[in-house]
Amino acid sequence: MKKHTGIDLRNALRLGLIAGVASVSLSAIGIVELFASRELISGIITMGQVLIFSAPALLAYLSVRELNLSRTRMLLSGMISGAAASLPILVLVLLESQVDLRQFMPGVSPTLVDVLTFGRGPYVGGLLLMAAMAIVGMVAAGIETLPTSIRKPLLTGGLATLTLGLFSEILSGRMRDFFGSSFSAVFFSGKALDPLFGAGLFIAIAGGNRLWTTRSEGVQSRIAALSPSGQRQLRVGIFVASGVGLIVLPLLLGSYLSEVANTVGLFILMGLGLNIVVGFAGLLDLGYVAFFAIGAYSMAVLTSEGPLGIGHLNFWEALPFCVLFAATAGIILGIPVLRMRGDYLAIVTLGFGEIIRLLAISDALKPFIGGAQGVLKIPKPDFFGVTLVQPGQFYYVVLAGCLLAAFVAYRLGESRLGRQWMAMREDEDVAEAMGIKLVSAKLLAFATGAAFSGLAGALFASKLTSIFPHSFSLDISINVLSLIIIGGIGSLPGVVVGALILVGLPELLREFAEYRLLMYGALLILMMLAKPEGFWPSAVRQRELRADAEVLKAQQAALDAEG
Amino acid sequence: MMAANPPLLKARSVTKRFGGLVAVSNLDFDLPKDSIVSIIGPNGAGKSTFFNCVTGFYDVDEGSISFKDMVIDGDSPDQIARMHIARTYQNIRLFSNMTAIENILVGMEPRLHSHWYSFILGSRKTRKEEAWALDEARRLLQFAGLAGKGDFLAKNLPYGDQRRLEIARALANQPEILLLDEPTAGMNPNESTTTMRFINRLRDELGVTILLIEHDMRVVMGISERVTVLDYGTKIAEGPPAEIQRNPRVIEAYLGRGAASGLELGTD
Repeated sequence: MKKHTGIDLRNALRLGLIAGVASVSLSAIGIVELFASRELISGIITMGQVLIFSAPALLAYLSVRELNLSRTRMLLSGMISGAAASLPILVLVLLESQVDLRQFMPGVSPTLVDVLTFGRGPYVGGLLLMAAMAIVGMVAAGIETLPTSIRKPLLTGGLATLTLGLFSEILSGRMRDFFGSSFSAVFFSGKALDPLFGAGLFIAIAGGNRLWTTRSEGVQSRIAALSPSGQRQLRVGIFVASGVGLIVLPLLLGSYLSEVANTVGLFILMGLGLNIVVGFAGLLDLGYVAFFAIGAYSMAVLTSEGPLGIGHLNFWEALPFCVLFAATAGIILGIPVLRMRGDYLAIVTLGFGEIIRLLAISDALKPFIGGAQGVLKIPKPDFFGVTLVQPGQFYYVVLAGCLLAAFVAYRLGESRLGRQWMAMREDEDVAEAMGIKLVSAKLLAFATGAAFSGLAGALFASKLTSIFPHSFSLDISINVLSLIIIGGIGSLPGVVVGALILVGLPELLREFAEYRLLMYGALLILMMLAKPEGFWPSAVRQRELRADAEVLKAQQAALDAEG
Repeated sequence: MMAANPPLLKARSVTKRFGGLVAVSNLDFDLPKDSIVSIIGPNGAGKSTFFNCVTGFYDVDEGSISFKDMVIDGDSPDQIARMHIARTYQNIRLFSNMTAIENILVGMEPRLHSHWYSFILGSRKTRKEEAWALDEARRLLQFAGLAGKGDFLAKNLPYGDQRRLEIARALANQPEILLLDEPTAGMNPNESTTTMRFINRLRDELGVTILLIEHDMRVVMGISERVTVLDYGTKIAEGPPAEIQRNPRVIEAYLGRGAASGLELGTD
């Protein structure tokens, strides 16, 4: 490795300027101004500040990472990088003081400039900003100089505290419901964390992280040393504890959050299904929403108490039919595309999804499924005489569906069928030559995936009590595909993580609704760059990627040895 | 001795065309049971095409192929695999992101019978079958000299191991006929000797009838009981290796007309 002795001035400046441009972009689109008064920790830090300073801090940190510099030089490099980051912002501020930028960039308002210059005018404020960024850059670089055992707890604690600050409104609301407002006022002030509580949280999380990193090996070896029956007891214990946790969850969440949990649950269901088709069998399906729609419309028509209802079945009687219809649709779609691969399959399934949506909205089928007016008066499920009206009650239906789907997906994935799918994904021709019946393996994948989606659709219809064609747009297919990619393709826990991030978070951060797609895109790009295997990759993919890295390293070592 | 064995695989006037190109032309071929037969010929002679016809990758245009007196041309590759005809590929085609043991388990497909719903229910029979399959796969891994490498990804195995794993995967089918497409390609003389011995063991210990395509004359002459020579899709010679070695048409096909005089196919 090359030995670095001096500061790489050019690199520090370059990264700083990039960070500055990122901050300017965030400012110019208006997001900084919107969140300038949104406090995370009361009186200390606002969301707007986090948005301005995060890019400079991150890139200052990157500018010194993996460099062999003395501590002073690292701090200096971070400082330079931070100061450089302020330059593009200063240009924006100075320009704004001379010309009216709003006609070109509507987001650049005097309020924004006030935020950027701490309300001290372009010159004094500009210098203050530069100083602040230099300090932030220096601190960020300073973190790199710390030993890992201190750095990791600090970063984890800091990030977790800020994240909790972001959710303060929801958290304080729950706390108020349970313990009264005077109790919640101790921890939260307004929509933000109380500074003292924030400090306490930081210390607790950082300390916990430190403790875990130092102790986890001991704990793990102690678990490994347990007798088989002890290990079984431990597993049963964890199983029971998570079961109890899932059962009491809606009581803790309250009505609004339970509703969010239900939405997340429906996407988990769909994710589990699409994961079989795309993740296990490697068949790229972009029209997945079609089966969701079929499930939903089946439930609607079979149970509706309105004029369109034909079956007048109850929820439970209709449910198997919804799943069956969706699975059949999966097979019907599957048959013509059996010989198609990759891109062609994606296009055909995309078309299929659109056809189903257009059929739903069409006049031809209006007498049966209501066209644009949709189907109304779909009853909620009854459970032994109790109508599950509350989101907290409906939650259990969704939970049961998810658990069932996860169980089926797990069993199939681990079975011989899972192996057939994997082989098919790897090399279809050879898989066939090994005696795998491609037709049945593919149709089973399509049918199972469609069945899960149909189940989700049926629950969706019953949850909303009325459905309209516009709920079944391409967005849903894209959303589900994105969530399994973000979670880790082929991984069951990954589906849950992906759904929480892509569906749960946006529901909780309604304030960001305007910027939802922007963040979505940014997240996908960052993910693909930094963690292409997903947040919770399956063992298989992890193995593939890790093995690649190992092989590359070995090859590099061999080359080095030769050269 | 060999004449006593009835042909296990019979091809009668098989023709395969690609557009105007006749890849295999009017080929008659018999593979006697328990024999080791090689198909040789210059590049593009139609050897691999013939393999692909036998294993159902290609439909033949004319003629017929039968296995134990059942016509198999027109059957799909998976049907042929389930008749216990297995193959390997010229350029190794393992499931590279699956482990060695998983590759072998996929090879066992024709011998596994559980239904998909029994996987969800986790019936005792299914679990027993899976456990049995795993044992069997481990045994094959050991037989192929890959013991202890079951959890390696196929793509991370060294070249020679990959070749052997591919054979082990084919053996998992419990084949009656094993078609090997250049099993020693890319091997040094030492490795090909080991492979030759291994192929002999397959026939002697497992009773597998073997048909191979091979370029290495030392291997061809060393293990085959009969050799069939193809040139431009046509069979130009057939017989025991010693005869083939002296056949002027074969020498001409390999080395060109001018060189044919006075040369013998050597043991390079």
